[in-house]
Amino acid sequence: MSTAYDVAILGAGIVGAACALECASRGLRTVVTEGRGVGSGATAAGMGHIVVMDDSEAQLALTRYSQTLWHALAARLPDEVEFDRCGTLWVAADEEEMQEVRRKQAVYVAAGVAAEILGARGLEEAEPHLRRPMAGALLVPGDAVLYPPCTAAWLLQEARRMGAEFVAESAVGAVAGGVLLSGGSELQAAHIVIACGADSTDLLPALPIRKRKGHLVITDRYPGMVRHQLVELGYLKSAHSLTADSVAFNVQPRRTGQLLIGSSRQFGDESREVDHGILARMLQRAEEYLPEIGGCSAIRVWTGFRAATPDKLPLIGPWPDDESLMLATGHEGLGITTSLGTGRLVADLLTGTVPEIAADAYRPGRFLSGAGTEPEVARGGMGA
Amino acid sequence: MPEVVTISVNGQPFVVPAGTTVAAAMLRAGGTTRTSVSGEMRAPLCGMGICFECRAVIGGKPHERTCQIVCEPGMDVWST
Repeated sequence: MSTAYDVAILGAGIVGAACALECASRGLRTVVTEGRGVGSGATAAGMGHIVVMDDSEAQLALTRYSQTLWHALAARLPDEVEFDRCGTLWVAADEEEMQEVRRKQAVYVAAGVAAEILGARGLEEAEPHLRRPMAGALLVPGDAVLYPPCTAAWLLQEARRMGAEFVAESAVGAVAGGVLLSGGSELQAAHIVIACGADSTDLLPALPIRKRKGHLVITDRYPGMVRHQLVELGYLKSAHSLTADSVAFNVQPRRTGQLLIGSSRQFGDESREVDHGILARMLQRAEEYLPEIGGCSAIRVWTGFRAATPDKLPLIGPWPDDESLMLATGHEGLGITTSLGTGRLVADLLTGTVPEIAADAYRPGRFLSGAGTEPEVARGGMGA
Repeated sequence: MPEVVTISVNGQPFVVPAGTTVAAAMLRAGGTTRTSVSGEMRAPLCGMGICFECRAVIGGKPHERTCQIVCEPGMDVWST
């Protein structure tokens, strides 16, 4: 069979959809396969936070790059994407955490990301419903929130408008330029991009990806109660427990006035069931920061699975064992943010274009022979 | 127990028999309990705390299910 497509993208979560739009925009003959519904995996389970993070230089580079891409795209996003540049407040509970605020601000500003330190009073004015006293916060005004499933659907729609094709079937096999679909037919493509999130290991069991379960709660509408995406800086103090189950305060205001409450992280639990013990811990943590949240009505609780890598960086680039395979997975809690940057890098790699940011840190080959040190699990992280 | 209680519905005093639920009081006062996101007027439906159509603001607290709450003297109730 002749090669029908330049690129087959497996998975239409927000990462696959972003890859599809970039590839189609550059004139590549593109096909996307997705059997479970566009944006139905971690894309639908997550919060939808566009956030710059600095756990590592490479993470900062990709999140910052992606944030600028979102800003550039914002004017084109349709209303249902609910893009809202509300900014992030990294909340410091005490003076020790204020030191982290100052460190973080210096790093962000050096990277060209606007970041402003708020003292206790400034934070009270910005978020009157936070528990008092808090020491202050770091405001990152360029951060935003959006509604990920609609965003993925729009990105895919734009990709199709640019000529990409869509097949509503799951890929059950991918090797040497051939994709076997769940319906039994096959696709041929010069390159295959695996963008199946935490399920990517179904296609490539050797991938260094583990499922990291998360819980989210959404409340009824309480307009004005929270104005920014709120995240605690307190993970510094609980860093020792990060190999075990952990929770962190993370609340997001939706345009409807609803509040999304996170977050939890669990390795080793691959059931979709709500874990009421960790859910209770997560809500108690939220109440420690937002005392009134205990009186709010929750209308839904759900779980999802982040695709976690050992060094908390995604897998973007060729898979060394099969030169037809390209990976775009392993984004853990940052896939919504970094989807656009990932799409750019994938398309750059496929077309031989020099990327706008160095892509070496994300290459999947770093986990294979000669890759060097054993990656450690970094701190906190966020998102859902 | 007094025979009647006086509450405030949307800023107006309103007298109801003791033991009346807030939902019933709001209906007697002639109003609906809330306006939906799409602008539709809503009123109590199930009367047993399941449908959430009877939500209103009681004492400043939003989303209270009025069919599950009995009127108390001086209660301040607002439709939304």
